[in-house]
Amino acid sequence: MARTAEEPAIQAEALTMRFGNFTAVQDVSFDVAKGEIFGFLGPNGSGKSTVIRMLCGLLRPSGGHGSILGRDSTREAEAVKRSIGYMSQKFSLYPDLTVHENLSFYGRIYGLGPKLQPRMDAVVEQLHLAPYLRRSAGALSGGWKQRLALACALLHEPRVMFLDEPTAGIDPVARRELWDFLYELAGRGVTLFVTTHYMDEAERCNRLGYIYLSRLLLLGNPDELKGDPRVTPSAARWLEAGLDGSEAPMERLSAMPGVEDATIFGNTLHLLADNSVDAAELGRLCGGLDFREGAPTLEDVFVRLTRLAEREQRTS
Amino acid sequence: MMRGMSGIIYKEFIQITRNPATLVIMLLIPIVQLIIFGYAIDTEVRNVRTVVLDLDNSHESREFLNRFRATGLYDLMGQVTSDTALEAEIVSGRASVGIMIPAGYGRELAGGRPAQILVLIDGSNNTIASQTMSTAQTLGIRMSIERVSPRRLSQAQLVDVRTRFLFNPDLRSAAFFVPGLVGVILFLVTMLLTSFAIVREKELGTMEQLAVSPVSRGGLMLGKILPYLLLGMIQMNVVLFFAQFVFNVDIAGSLPLLEGLALIFVFSSLGLGLIISTVAKTQLQAMLISFMILLPSILLSGFIFPRESMPLPIYWISALLPVTYFEEILRGIMLRGAGMEALWDETAVLTGMGLLLLAIATFRFRKTVG
Repeated sequence: MARTAEEPAIQAEALTMRFGNFTAVQDVSFDVAKGEIFGFLGPNGSGKSTVIRMLCGLLRPSGGHGSILGRDSTREAEAVKRSIGYMSQKFSLYPDLTVHENLSFYGRIYGLGPKLQPRMDAVVEQLHLAPYLRRSAGALSGGWKQRLALACALLHEPRVMFLDEPTAGIDPVARRELWDFLYELAGRGVTLFVTTHYMDEAERCNRLGYIYLSRLLLLGNPDELKGDPRVTPSAARWLEAGLDGSEAPMERLSAMPGVEDATIFGNTLHLLADNSVDAAELGRLCGGLDFREGAPTLEDVFVRLTRLAEREQRTS
Repeated sequence: MMRGMSGIIYKEFIQITRNPATLVIMLLIPIVQLIIFGYAIDTEVRNVRTVVLDLDNSHESREFLNRFRATGLYDLMGQVTSDTALEAEIVSGRASVGIMIPAGYGRELAGGRPAQILVLIDGSNNTIASQTMSTAQTLGIRMSIERVSPRRLSQAQLVDVRTRFLFNPDLRSAAFFVPGLVGVILFLVTMLLTSFAIVREKELGTMEQLAVSPVSRGGLMLGKILPYLLLGMIQMNVVLFFAQFVFNVDIAGSLPLLEGLALIFVFSSLGLGLIISTVAKTQLQAMLISFMILLPSILLSGFIFPRESMPLPIYWISALLPVTYFEEILRGIMLRGAGMEALWDETAVLTGMGLLLLAIATFRFRKTVG
């Protein structure tokens, strides 16, 4: 394949993976452009990790193929491994080695040679690791462990980064700092492939893919996804009402015909109502709530599509 | 092909030396084992507790008992006065041997007639039983011969069997166990530590991180093997040093030959360690599988019990254990001073086993890692 300026950083073409009778990934296709932050979402066991493993050249796909920067993930696995950085959800560094030793180990693994020292200085500076160099990795807090993992993954200057739930279990401040850093990387042209369960993190991505039951259900930027006709059927609209401390009549709502997916965000009741349902009447039935037109959230998008997919699977 | 190997070796050495306790334990284990096997385990039988029922109480019976005492094998603890008491001593475990001299023993002998003595032996410990039995019989034969008058003795055609111990003349058990122990320790350390080193990375999740890196499988495998190969060889030399200066077990043959053949042997235990690491998911599993191999290697390799006296199926199982051949080599070189010309067979088998196990390990490693 010729390398052109428009060539995607990551490409999945009809990726399929079968383990015996079980199909873990079915016909998954998407492109990720250079410098893009691509959010890959889906429940546990939906096939997320399998897609990543195929793209990184760890698993040979049963069908279709993946490529990184124009190189086939299976046939050119060696070149692909050199060009990617990988950071897993699990803390995958050596707890008995110091921060410095972890870094120099990964530098050696990638054969950096004389470039090791300047690269190490660079990532230590970027991630502010200098005060911790002599500390053993196992003694770091969750946020600093993630920073070290990121530093190790960045040592060899990968053009494409895979981050598998990078913020699982770290505090909000560390999470914000990590995302700031990811934007910085994307600004420098590094392509980021991020999996997450957090909706606010999904909102931060340029584009999203949602995988469920081995299939890619959705692909697009957050606004496109919220406008998906499957999320808001033509004969329905999203309504919201402030609760002001009053208790929401959730049981009554779920029994009401034409009302679906009622949920609460803080002090706001949020639901999908058929056009035949009158907002004022609904408010009266709920004990004097004032409903107004709302918009679906990303969570609505994923919840709706997951339910639709479940329904489809049950009927087929 | 060996990409990333130096990085892995660098890290393994940091991890090995990071915790001084681990290092101490690794060097202490062989020494403790050496002391246990070198001092405590002793197959030589001495001071077997013996009770006597002397119903004759004559000059001849006392002389006979003195002969028993002089062997050093029997510890004549005391006299009992009835045959039921004699049996009770053995049943209770207070004595392992009971000697009964019937009344009239001395008179029969003096009259030139055959006399009898009964020796009761507790058969529950077969080593003690067989030694006490054969010594008692030998004593009887020797006394019988002496009683034959010299005139008739010269006419008798006696077969004179003379034995001479070529090696280990004092029959010290340390000389037998210590060379064997070198093999068992080398086997244990290299197999266990190699499998641990890889399974630990699986448990930590770092194996996944290595799999997405450009480290080649060969580099990873060798990087994991070489540090433990070195460690095993160091331990072997520690044991050899102690064997020589604490247990006075000298190396009769060539030390370089011993080291060279040990190196060949180590490849099969490293191969086994790698194979275990591809099967086990946790370090506990790796430990259990290692012991499943280790136990027969200790019991069946000829380290403790002679292979020749094993039942045939067990004998064939012992032929499948690499340690078996290394034990032959070790005793050959250390005790008999054997050179390469006497050890070709064992060396050939060990080389074949090592290559086969490493090939299986490489194949399995390829399938499971990455």
